[in-house]
Amino acid sequence: MNFVKTRLAASAAFLLVGALSLSAADLKIGVKSEPSSLDPQFHVLVPNMQVTFAMFDPLVMMDPKLVPKPALAENWKATSDTVWEFALRKDAKFSDGSPLTADDVVFTFDRIPKVPNSPTAFTLFTRQIAKVEAADAHTVRITTKQPYPLLVTDIANLPILSKAAASGPAPEGKTTVEFNRGEGLVGTGPFKFVSWQKGADLILERNPNYWGKPAAWDKVIYRPMTNPAARAAALLSGDIDMMEDPPTTDLEQFKTNPKLSVAEAPGTRIVYIALDQKGEPSPGIPGQGNKNPLMDKRVREALSLSIDRKAIAERVMGGVAVATGDLLPEPMFGAVKARQAAPVVDTAKAKALLAEAGYPNGFQITLGTPNGRYVNDARVAQTIAAMWTRAGVKAEVAAAAPPVFFKSRDNFEYSAYLAAWGNSTGEMSTTLRSLVGTREPSKGSGTSNGGRYSNPELDALLDKASATMDDKARKELLQKADEMVLSDYGIIPVHFEVPVWALRKGLTYAARADQYTLPQDVASAK
Amino acid sequence: MSVLVFVGLYLIGDPTSMLVSPEATEIERQALRKALGLDQSIWVQYLTFLGNAAQGDFGRSFLTGQPALQLIIERMPATVELVIVAMTFSVLVGVPLGILAGLRPKAPSSKAIMTGSILGFSLPNFWIGLMLIMLFAVYLGVLPASARGETVNIGPVALSILTIDGWQHLALPALTLGLAKAALMIRVTRAATREVLPMDYIKFARAKGLRPSRILNVHLLKNILIPIITVAGLEFGQAIAFAVVTESVFSWPGMGKLLIDSIITLDRPVVVAYLIMMVFFLVILNLVVDILYMTIDPSAREKVRD
Repeated sequence: MNFVKTRLAASAAFLLVGALSLSAADLKIGVKSEPSSLDPQFHVLVPNMQVTFAMFDPLVMMDPKLVPKPALAENWKATSDTVWEFALRKDAKFSDGSPLTADDVVFTFDRIPKVPNSPTAFTLFTRQIAKVEAADAHTVRITTKQPYPLLVTDIANLPILSKAAASGPAPEGKTTVEFNRGEGLVGTGPFKFVSWQKGADLILERNPNYWGKPAAWDKVIYRPMTNPAARAAALLSGDIDMMEDPPTTDLEQFKTNPKLSVAEAPGTRIVYIALDQKGEPSPGIPGQGNKNPLMDKRVREALSLSIDRKAIAERVMGGVAVATGDLLPEPMFGAVKARQAAPVVDTAKAKALLAEAGYPNGFQITLGTPNGRYVNDARVAQTIAAMWTRAGVKAEVAAAAPPVFFKSRDNFEYSAYLAAWGNSTGEMSTTLRSLVGTREPSKGSGTSNGGRYSNPELDALLDKASATMDDKARKELLQKADEMVLSDYGIIPVHFEVPVWALRKGLTYAARADQYTLPQDVASAK
Repeated sequence: MSVLVFVGLYLIGDPTSMLVSPEATEIERQALRKALGLDQSIWVQYLTFLGNAAQGDFGRSFLTGQPALQLIIERMPATVELVIVAMTFSVLVGVPLGILAGLRPKAPSSKAIMTGSILGFSLPNFWIGLMLIMLFAVYLGVLPASARGETVNIGPVALSILTIDGWQHLALPALTLGLAKAALMIRVTRAATREVLPMDYIKFARAKGLRPSRILNVHLLKNILIPIITVAGLEFGQAIAFAVVTESVFSWPGMGKLLIDSIITLDRPVVVAYLIMMVFFLVILNLVVDILYMTIDPSAREKVRD
């Protein structure tokens, strides 16, 4: 009798646990934020893109290290400086079973500029494209407005829609609202759409018609969990199988926990300090009359030298950062090998440089930083301010909520600020053009150049590089440009943020440098 | 109030800097500002908003492009469900314990109840939530730590209180939200009980030799109900409008989470629509509470008649 009771209790407990835990082939992912829309062409934003790329394939897909690899296009070549031909896979099918043709690709490119109300439109990636046409059923010809070597990295951001499924009476075909309801979500990717409840679970299932290796998961559930502690608790309790961005403070504990594993990617997001180099005087440096000390290269070098990057990466960032002296990590296009290692901290030399520049007693400066936009941003800024103070530059930190920070930055209210730049192309030119290119809104350069560094030589180099089709020559030009800015201390790199995922034991993730969480790259080690 | 929110969010910053990918150029930013109407002066924007709001259109979310009102209404059932369960729990637990503590204020059990209630409302909500997750989800592994369970559609409304899975998911967040409310109910009930007990009609009822249970259920309970309903009503409204903390700890897909996410991204149409809706809701709730007074308290009816 007693035995029966125990058995009953045990099976009841088993049932209860069984109902909560998952069957083997489901994958539940706790994501930081949900997509703003399921329309694959609505918003250029990581939460959107990662969901899109589970259901749709682009012509060319970036691998985890941001090297372009064939996806729906088997191969491609530039037939002239401005004309490219992409040969489509003949075996690719959409999730409804219909085959992929060049018409679908043309339709996709055609829809991009027609999507209304987009917070960041995908025209970002098509602005250099003059014409997209179907040469035959399986060849797409793209003509650019001028020689444009970055076309391949740009179209890696453009998922291919099904013309039949995504057409509709509206000018853009299926509207964003219809996509959000799940209509027209027919792609060639490893998963297909099941359901989405805003604010709650987004559910996908395996696409039986997928052209590649069938996905390992019957079902994938994206669950938005904004609170990192809640994500961690859910992972520990087995509620989810995988989480984005475990809190840095818990990371050590996670790594030693026998029930969990941790996946890290090479980071491409550079955390940097921008210094106001517009001219005199600078708003955050009082008591210097009409002079801006930051105009002096020696002062900028001193500020860079006094930062102990290794200590910040290890202690403040809990090891999920790589201290660096460059703007892009090494294997990527245009990075300089000699700059990769972080400059060694040298407070004595920094003091000497300051004295040489005419500031033996230093000066005061305010360092702006967002609070809560990047990993531990305000804490990193405080540490840097303390290091500067040690070298004689009395620094104060002005931390602000992200929207307030960006507003102040755009109004040039900071003499120095900490920010970060995520490079999604794996290529130096976008980074340099945005961060240190001379501000020129019509040309689209200097968009994030709040320090207003301006170097005509650099701009000329960048212009030349962006029109150079030969990869090797372009790489050299970009490396030269990179070296030029860094040896001028036009911007001060601090570290790369390392994207981190935590998974339950037995799962592995091919961690991606672009921070996408893609279920097809999650495997269970058997 | 809408002016306050409007100007407040305007002063904080430019939503485009939160929405636009940093790789976008100034041309694209400008195009977006124009599309969202942000290139107009604040007063023009406000008047446009007022005009549309008068016709029931609160604008579209900057982030998702969906009508703000629709976004909020989609999230409403989850929050209402959570709050109703939490409030029911707090009343069912709080009122009996409060009466108990009020009847015998000197007994050790009463002192224990009162000490417990101090803990209940002084511990921060998120901490209680995390502790419950640690205990029930991580350590014991009996309840899920996040999200909403399986739902059943009743017309357009998705409810999770009709499934076992739904209840399992509801348990921890409702408990977290309910504990602090229960603590408050205990204190209110106890104070009211202590106030009513020495009244003449209770003494008289006792002298008449009525059964203690009748005195309790009829004479006492009816008279302490007024403050309880007042507080419960207020707390209910408060919880519906701002269950933000509990919702974000448990990733509960309710309105509170929507509000906080919208504030962070400066999604003004959603924030404004949300606050306006909540004002309407609280006004209606107060009306309901007033009507309840009248059904319970005959003297309130008299006053209306006079």
